[in-house]
Amino acid sequence: MTDISPPQKATPPLLLFWREFRRNRVAAVALGLTVLLVFVAVFAPLIAPQDPYDLGALSLMDARRPPGFTGSGGYTHILGTDPQGRDLLSAILYGLRISIEIGIMAGAIALAIGATLGVVAAYLGGWVESLIMRIVDLQLSFPAILLALVLSALLGQGKAQLVTALVAAQYAYFARTAYGAATSERRKDYIEAALATPLHARRVVFKHLLPNCAPPLIVVATVQIASSISLEATLSFLGLGLPVTEPSLGMLISNGFPYMMSGRYWISVYPGVMLILLIMAINIVGDQIRDQLNPRLRR
Amino acid sequence: MKPRDQYLKVEDVSKTFTSRQTMGGKLARAITRKGPPPGLQAVSGVTLELAKGQTLGLVGESGCGKSTLGRIMAGIHSPSAGTVRIDGLPVMEHGKKTTTAVQTVFQDPFASLDPRMKVGDAVAEGPILHGLIMPSMAQKYVERWFARVGLDPSLSHRYPHQFSGGQRQRIAIARALAMQPKLLICDEPVASLDVSIQAQVINLFLELRRELELTCVFISHDLSVVRHVSDRVAVMYLGRIVELGETQSVFGRPAHPYTAALLDSVPRIAAEGEALVEFKPIEGEIPSPLNPPPGCHFAPRCPR
Repeated sequence: MTDISPPQKATPPLLLFWREFRRNRVAAVALGLTVLLVFVAVFAPLIAPQDPYDLGALSLMDARRPPGFTGSGGYTHILGTDPQGRDLLSAILYGLRISIEIGIMAGAIALAIGATLGVVAAYLGGWVESLIMRIVDLQLSFPAILLALVLSALLGQGKAQLVTALVAAQYAYFARTAYGAATSERRKDYIEAALATPLHARRVVFKHLLPNCAPPLIVVATVQIASSISLEATLSFLGLGLPVTEPSLGMLISNGFPYMMSGRYWISVYPGVMLILLIMAINIVGDQIRDQLNPRLRR
Repeated sequence: MKPRDQYLKVEDVSKTFTSRQTMGGKLARAITRKGPPPGLQAVSGVTLELAKGQTLGLVGESGCGKSTLGRIMAGIHSPSAGTVRIDGLPVMEHGKKTTTAVQTVFQDPFASLDPRMKVGDAVAEGPILHGLIMPSMAQKYVERWFARVGLDPSLSHRYPHQFSGGQRQRIAIARALAMQPKLLICDEPVASLDVSIQAQVINLFLELRRELELTCVFISHDLSVVRHVSDRVAVMYLGRIVELGETQSVFGRPAHPYTAALLDSVPRIAAEGEALVEFKPIEGEIPSPLNPPPGCHFAPRCPR
């Protein structure tokens, strides 16, 4: 009575995924860089030579000094100092911390809200679906930065306000993606099997439908985290995002902007390079994940 | 018919599928003054009864509505008209399934198991949520059902993609039976399996049916399988039941020309010494259910 064919040996899917990921060298380097940047951001207080938030430690004597200058603190400012006399390397590390924190927070909340809306719309259909998806479509028809700009201008400065603005600007992408995936999953037999048991609709949606929509959502999440970091930088550059006491990368760039023409390039350029590295690394990782999860690109 | 203990009662059940109307479509129809789009009558006016412990075979060509009827009996789709009762109680109320007494085994075991849920969890999920077992007992319960359907109980921590088609169908059967149903709807449970595996799964089905005293509806287009497992047979054509009776009489002396034609169209291997049998396919295509022919739906293709 037993089947003869033995089931396949179980290799953890994550391990298989990593093996394939590793084959793309650029993506592996990008992943390494992302992990490194996140690591230095998390441990910024331990790594940074100076606490850029401690205004008492700053001296205007040290302001706008070029890279390699040894200041009154008795240590070398490897990347120079900014107009307030902050050590630029420390400011960048702390700025990275804020940028990543805001990016991940906004991305995670937008993912939760957007994915729930999209999956529920696909599951329920009818007028609920029309209502949710028309709002999403409407929002996707104009650029995210416009909404983020208006909202952060209305809400004022601060972390919570900024995250709210970013979430409002980005949840629509998640909703659209989740909706697309869920409408095709919805018709599959395992959903009918769950409903025929019968299981409660809430359980079917969150335990069966949502996990099966995860692959495209993971891809969108990586891209959207990168995009909320750059949105945040843009808003901060324009003076809308965070207060001056918590300088993010965007604000550091903005602080150095007036000095660009006078040859003090480092104040803007180094935070800019860091921002580009971060966004590029996340995007390359996201691209590789997308390629690996897309069955049509599989060999 | 003498009043027997009829367990499953299907009373004048119809199902019409209407294509989903978009807002633009509604507007266009309003402007051009067309009525609502025609519905697809998948099942029309089906009435049947089944006694406890019996197995009903439901046969017919693809698209004749047998799967839809099965899904209505299983409480997956609500009928457009009519009711399905099990032991006197309706299967669905207000578009929601209200009973666990009927469970379903689906055709394609590659689609009917959640790819992201461990098979053991899938088997235990329903019984836990319906209070049949305590969560702490789940592992034992699952292992018992795995053993019962001929699977190694230690495999319950694996995912569906790690199993073959036959093994998956066993898991699907375990999942359905773990809900301790009285009525089992099998919607072409072997159609997507290899022939050698088909026999195993059918034997398993027969064994479990006897042990658990299940009432069954067995949907298939494979007449030999239906003949093998059923006490009664219903023949469907274009949403209607054209013939219903004891298996022996339906297969032995088919009354409806469609049943006769269906039986004639089964390819057979000639016995030794016998002239090679030519099988006679039914002429023509099955008509569109959007626009069924008047009178007997089979009339345009009827050889008589």
